[in-house]
Amino acid sequence: MDRVDILIIGGGPAGLAAAIGAYEAGARDILVLDREQELGGILKQCIHNGFGLHTFQEELTGPEYAHRFIKKVRAYGIPCQGETMVLSISPKKVVTCVSHDHGLQHIQAKAVLLCMGCRERPRGSLATPGERCPGVYTAGTAQRFTNLEGLMPGKEVVILGSGDIGLIMARRMTLLGAKVHACVELMPYSSGLKRNIVQCLDDYGIPLLLSHTVVDIQGRDHVTGVTVAKVDTNLQPIPGTEQTFPCDTLLLSVGLIPENELSKMAGVTLYPGTSGALVDETLMTSVPGIFACGNVLHVHDLVDFVSEEAETAGKNAWAYVQGELTQAERIIVETGFGVGALVPQLVSREPLQPVRLMFRPRNVYRNARIIVEAGEQRLYEKKAMILAPGEMVNVVLPVEKLSALKNAESLTVRIEVSQA
Amino acid sequence: MKYELTCINCPMGCRITADYDGKEVTNIEGYTCRRGLLYAQSEITDPTRMLTALMALEGTHVPLPVKTDRPIRKALLPKALEQIKSTRAKRPVRLGAVVIENVCNSGANVIATAERL
Amino acid sequence: MYDVIIIGGGVVGCGIARELMRHKARVLLLEKTNDICNGQSKANTAIIHGGYDAKPGTLKAKFNVLGNALFDSLHEELDVPVQWNTSLVVSFRQEDHCKLEKLLQQGKDNGVRGELRIIDRQELRRREPNIGPEAKEALLVGAGGIVCPYELTIAYAENAATNGAEFIRNAEVSKVSSLPDGRWQVDSSAGTFVARAVVNAAGTYSDVFNNMVSARKVHIRPRRGEYYILDKQYAGAFHAAMFQLPTSMGKGTLIAPTVDGTILVGPTAQDIDDKEDKRTTAQGLATALQQGRLTWPNLPTRGFITTFSGLRATGNTGDFVLGEPEDAPLFFNCCAVESPGLTSAPAIAKWTAEQISMRLELPENPGFNPRRKGIAKFRDMDDSQRAAAITKNGDYGRVVCRCETVTEAEIRESIRRPVGARDVDGVKRRTRAGMGRCQAGFCTPRTVQILAEELGISPLEVTKFGGNSRLLADWLFTEEYHG
Repeated sequence: MDRVDILIIGGGPAGLAAAIGAYEAGARDILVLDREQELGGILKQCIHNGFGLHTFQEELTGPEYAHRFIKKVRAYGIPCQGETMVLSISPKKVVTCVSHDHGLQHIQAKAVLLCMGCRERPRGSLATPGERCPGVYTAGTAQRFTNLEGLMPGKEVVILGSGDIGLIMARRMTLLGAKVHACVELMPYSSGLKRNIVQCLDDYGIPLLLSHTVVDIQGRDHVTGVTVAKVDTNLQPIPGTEQTFPCDTLLLSVGLIPENELSKMAGVTLYPGTSGALVDETLMTSVPGIFACGNVLHVHDLVDFVSEEAETAGKNAWAYVQGELTQAERIIVETGFGVGALVPQLVSREPLQPVRLMFRPRNVYRNARIIVEAGEQRLYEKKAMILAPGEMVNVVLPVEKLSALKNAESLTVRIEVSQA
Repeated sequence: MKYELTCINCPMGCRITADYDGKEVTNIEGYTCRRGLLYAQSEITDPTRMLTALMALEGTHVPLPVKTDRPIRKALLPKALEQIKSTRAKRPVRLGAVVIENVCNSGANVIATAERL
Repeated sequence: MYDVIIIGGGVVGCGIARELMRHKARVLLLEKTNDICNGQSKANTAIIHGGYDAKPGTLKAKFNVLGNALFDSLHEELDVPVQWNTSLVVSFRQEDHCKLEKLLQQGKDNGVRGELRIIDRQELRRREPNIGPEAKEALLVGAGGIVCPYELTIAYAENAATNGAEFIRNAEVSKVSSLPDGRWQVDSSAGTFVARAVVNAAGTYSDVFNNMVSARKVHIRPRRGEYYILDKQYAGAFHAAMFQLPTSMGKGTLIAPTVDGTILVGPTAQDIDDKEDKRTTAQGLATALQQGRLTWPNLPTRGFITTFSGLRATGNTGDFVLGEPEDAPLFFNCCAVESPGLTSAPAIAKWTAEQISMRLELPENPGFNPRRKGIAKFRDMDDSQRAAAITKNGDYGRVVCRCETVTEAEIRESIRRPVGARDVDGVKRRTRAGMGRCQAGFCTPRTVQILAEELGISPLEVTKFGGNSRLLADWLFTEEYHG
C-alpha cells in the first residue's frame, strides 16, 4: 500500500488551493488525484471572465484563474495523478482508486482533503412532464460540449433556471449563433448575480421570466418546443398562462448538489443545510483527519472564496498531520431567522485564527441586519441594504470574541429585518 | 434620450433612469449609492464589456478560448466577435498569446486564455 | 429464404429467437427501431409476478405461472439478474379482507408456486417498517421476484445471435402477405424477406400484423403507465414489491425495488390512442405520487432521479392472443402481451418456438449453446477482481459513469457485442451508464465520443435512440473531423 501525508481528492479550484495551502504550511508529501487528464476541474470550461477579482484584483477567465494555481502547484513539485477515479475512502483514510495507467491503488493517507466539487441537478429530479427526447441538457453539460469539445447542442434555446451557469450559457449560446428565447425562473427572483442578468440577458435582449416554469417538453425524436407557465405563490403552474416556445434545446440550471458519495463512505457526517460535510472552523469533518472544502462542502458563488477556504483547509490538514490540531471543546453554531447553508456548524472555544462564517440568506431581505450572538451577548452586527440567496454572506469573528465566551453553549447567526 | 438600466454592483439591482443628450447625463434617478451613480454615468456614456469567445484552432475541432485583454466598447462587440470567428489560430498557443492585435481598432488585443500545445 | 421471421425485438421476439436456435433453423428478427428492447420491454415495472392476479383458465394465468418457473434457469444460463424478494399485495381497508382471500384462492387455483398466504398487520409492519399507517394486511407471494428487463431481452438476443440468429434493426415492417406456395413475404424498410413462418411479436403494433393476415381481428389500445425512479440511496426502504389491492378507486400504484437498487413508483393506467405517445404528464405523475404515498407516506420526493412512461399492449380480448390463427397457417401471434407479459415471456417464447419447430419439423441443433455471459460489471467486482480486470484491459481503469461506476471497457464492449449498442440509450440499457443520479450529465459527452469511435461515425451522427434523435446540432467550426 502506498502512503502519503496529505491526499487531495479532486484537482479543481479547491484541490489546487488545498495543495498549495498544505505545501506552504510545510507539507511535502502531498498527492492530488483527479479524474480528468488536465487539472483545473470545472474552471477549464468556464471561459467567461469574472474570476479572481477578489484574489488577484483582476478579471480572469476560468482557465486563466486555474492556470495561476496550476503553475504554483507545478513550481512546488506537488505530484498530481490525473485520469484517476477514487472509488472509496475508508474512515481510516485508506483511499481506493483506479486508473488506466496505475491500475487499482490503495493509498493510506494521514489526512484527506475532500475537494470533489458538486454536480448539477438533472431534469429527472424536477419531474418535468413531457417527452424524454434529446435536446435537454444541464447547462454545464452543454458548456462542456461547446467550450471544450467544439460541439453545438442546438440552435434555438430555452433556459430553465436563472442561476449563474444558466445566465452565462444564455450569453455563450447567443455568441455562438444560437437564438435564446427566454430564461425561465421558478422563483420571483433570480439566484444569479445582477451583473450576469444585465450582461448575459439584457445585453442580448433575452427575456427573464420570473415566477415561471416549464410544464411540458415536446418532440418525439428531438425537442421541438417547450411550454412555459406562470406559477402561483405556492410555485404551482397557473392554468391558462401557458405559452409555447418552439426550440430544439432546453438547458437546465436548476441547482447544484455537493458530490458527497465518497464522504458518506468515509463515515463523514453530512449537514442537511448544505448537503455537505459537517465541519468546524478548521474545516475538519466528523472523521478526524478528513477535511472538506470548496463546492463539495457548500456551493459557493465565487471561486475566490473556494480557493481561500481550500487553502485554509490545506494548512489545517498539515497541522493535523503534525499533531498541532488539538480537538478543543467546540460549540454549535445555529441558524436563526433567514439563515441557510451555514458553514462551519461547529466552532472551537479557543480558535487559533479568526473564524469565518458563511451562509446564504433564505430569501431577499432589504434593510436587514446580520447578527451573531450567544444568548444575550452580541458578537457581531452589521447592516445590509440587501441580502439575497444568490450572494453568500461572509462574517469574520475575531479570536478574542470567541475566547471571551466562556460558558456559551451555542452561537446563533440570524437576520433581523427592520420594519421600514 | 431616456435611459433605463439595472445597476450591477450589488444584489439590490437598483433600477436607474437618466436622460442623455449625447454629451451630458442628466436626471439620474433611482440609485441608492455612489457606485450606482458612477455605474449609470459610465454605462450610459461609454458602456464597455470584456469579450470572451471561442476561436477555431487549426487541425482540430477543439476550440481555443480567447478574450479581449481589456474591456471594449459595447457597440464594437458584434464586429469583434465576427473577426474572432473568422480567425483560425495555429498551434502551439501559449496562454496569454496575442491572436488578434488591436481588434476592430478598439485598442484591445485578443489573447488566448488557455494553452493548446 | 428464412425458416422464421420474427417481427419485433422485445423480450418476446428475442426470447423466441433464442429458443428457436435450439433447432437448426434460419431465423431473422426485424426490429423497427434502432435497437432491440426499445418498447414495452424497456419501460415496465420489472417484476416477476407470482401468478395470482389473472383469472384461472386464461392464457395470462397459465403463462405467468409457467414463465415464473423459468427465471432461475435464465439467471443461471443467461447471467440475468433475478431476485426473489417476494411480492406483497396490501389492503388498506378491513372490509377488503375477502378480496385478499379471493386473490389467495385464485393464486392457488392458478398453481402459484411457493409461499402464498395472508399476513396480518403486525407481520406486514415487521417485514416492511416503512409501510403507511392505513395498511391493514397483505397477501404474501413468495414466488414474486424482480428482474432486469433489459438485461433479459439483451441476453436473449445476444445468445440467439451467438447461435446464428440474424437481427436487422431499423427494419420497420410495412406488410406481411402470404405467397401462393404458403410461404410468407415480409416487406420492410430494410428490404423484402421470405420465410416459411412468421412470428408477430410487435408489441403495441401486434394487432396491425394480425389484422393483415387474419379475419379474427384484434384491437390494441395502449395503456400508458407513468413512473418515478428513486435514487438507490433509498435501497432497502422496501424489500418486497409492494402492490396495492385493487379497489373501486383503481388498480393502485406499486412501490417496487429494482435489481439495481433503485425503487420504482408507479405505474398509472391511462388508455390512449397514439401508439407512440410516451410522454409523462403532470396529472399522471401527480397520481402516481399520491397513490404511492398510501403505501409509503414518507416517499422522499427529493430522491427522484427521473420519470418515464411505458405503454402496455392492452388488447380487446382481455387475454394474450397466442399461436396460429385458423385462417393464417404458420403465422404465430404473440399479440396483446401486456402485464404479466414480462413474466410470461420466457414461457411464451418456449411454447411458440416449440409450436414452430413442430409445424416446420425443424431438426434439433446439437451445437446450441444455451449460455451467455453478461458484460463483467466493474461495480460488482471486489478489489482483486478490479485490479485483475484493469491489468487485462486498461479501459477498466477509466470510469466514465461515476454514479453507477461504469467503465470505458464496459461501454466499448456493449457496442462490440453481438446485437450491440448503437446509441446512447442502448449503451445505457446494456451498462447502466447514465442511469444514476446525475442522469448522464457527466458521462454523455464521453459516451458520445466512444460511440462515435466504435461505430466510425461523427459525434454529430450519434443519437439517443436512433432516427432523428441526434444529440448535437453542429460543430462550432467547420474543420474536417480529426477525432
